[in-house]
Amino acid sequence: MMQVMIRGVLHLLALSPLAYYIYAAVSQSLGADPQEVLLHGFAIWALRFLLLSLAISPARRLLKANYLIRYRRMLGLYFFFYLCLHLLVYLWFFLGWQWASIGEEIVERPYITVGMLAFLLTIPLVVTSTKGMQRRLRQTWSKLHKLVYLIAILSIIHFIWQSKADLNEPLIYLIILLFLLSFRIRPYLAKLRA
Amino acid sequence: IAAGKTASGHYSTDEKLTSEYTVTHYNNFYEFSLSKDGPAKLAKDFQPLPWHVTIEGEVEKPGRYSFEDILKWATLEERIYRLRCVEAWSMVVPWKGFELNQLIKQVKPTSKAKYIEFETLYDPERMPGQKRGALGFFSLSWPYKEGLRMDEAMHPLTLLTTGVFGKTLPAQNGAPLRLIIPWKYGFKSIKSIVKIRFVEKQPLNTWQQSAPSEYGFYANVNPEVDHPRWSQATERRLIDESLFGTKRIDTELFNGYGKHVAHLYKGMNLRKNF
Repeated sequence: MMQVMIRGVLHLLALSPLAYYIYAAVSQSLGADPQEVLLHGFAIWALRFLLLSLAISPARRLLKANYLIRYRRMLGLYFFFYLCLHLLVYLWFFLGWQWASIGEEIVERPYITVGMLAFLLTIPLVVTSTKGMQRRLRQTWSKLHKLVYLIAILSIIHFIWQSKADLNEPLIYLIILLFLLSFRIRPYLAKLRA
Repeated sequence: IAAGKTASGHYSTDEKLTSEYTVTHYNNFYEFSLSKDGPAKLAKDFQPLPWHVTIEGEVEKPGRYSFEDILKWATLEERIYRLRCVEAWSMVVPWKGFELNQLIKQVKPTSKAKYIEFETLYDPERMPGQKRGALGFFSLSWPYKEGLRMDEAMHPLTLLTTGVFGKTLPAQNGAPLRLIIPWKYGFKSIKSIVKIRFVEKQPLNTWQQSAPSEYGFYANVNPEVDHPRWSQATERRLIDESLFGTKRIDTELFNGYGKHVAHLYKGMNLRKNF
């Protein structure tokens, strides 16, 4: 019962940014360029959920709170959810569904290439995110889901690469990502040495 | 009917105006803030006047002129121009100003003056964006500088601007005095000018200094020459704050002002001189 309630609250929290953006778009309070606000807003929330999902393992160990693992998949799926919204805004408002120019953009703009690659790599993780798939794939599942580290690095590169002059915000997220990755690197190095 | 058409009508567009709110709340003015809506908030208490412009270099009448002095030389008129940002958004804006050539004629450049360099106010106390960011990772140096070739500066389309939407220029739009060069990307249209220097050699503008592979001296709007990181073939025309108000349209060479300015660049490789 408790778990159901916690889950309910988490869903509400996770959906509240979307609720805010819908409300603000309808009431025309997103400012002078609402399309851009949505593009960046959904992107930043996708990145936040990605980093939150990466924070689960270290937090679980440090806080000795095993139950946290229950919420990792949910956070990962919300990352994908906001990523899809980000992509939708881009294709709809910024490219106007011009498929020819979408191909051109993906090939010619390095930051779009990197972003699109991160999106494509996320799809197999989403498809195999069910408990059934996790059971069936066993070892392969954990290997496959290590892709999330690559996805996170690509996401930050995408963020830095599209910036014009201000790198302060993307670099803050880079520092958080490096901090989260540092927990993985030590055990990995230890394993190599052993 | 033809009699009603003024000289400025010749240069003005009759396209749908961008809303006043959008023009005054969607600003790239890093001297105040790096966000688009930041300058309107942070420039709220900025009092431009009294204002002085230093005119120096290869001119017969150098000096430190007050804003009021300069206005005495000017015939103000309204011009409705397209504004195309290098970031691939655009607006249609009713500016009020006077042709830069009116000022140039007053101060009498010498024969050595081939270019003009402009500078924005540097005053971190009044322009908080000129202080470093939290991590200090910021690639522009102050004061902001821009430059024009003399024939570009003398062109009747080049406007020294003091107002917008029939009002005095708000601080976030570059009060009290800014350039508007409608056939070039917006960053050429330098804001809050305090220095005008007449020089012999092509000056280095701030964005070119910051990223020479991405921003050039000329910065003429050109759908054929992409920014290294994004296409310049189309633009998002901002009209108002509604979600579907912004439409993607094709970008025109020289932002549609080719018949007035193309001759300035005859024989030049526009891909090389971007």
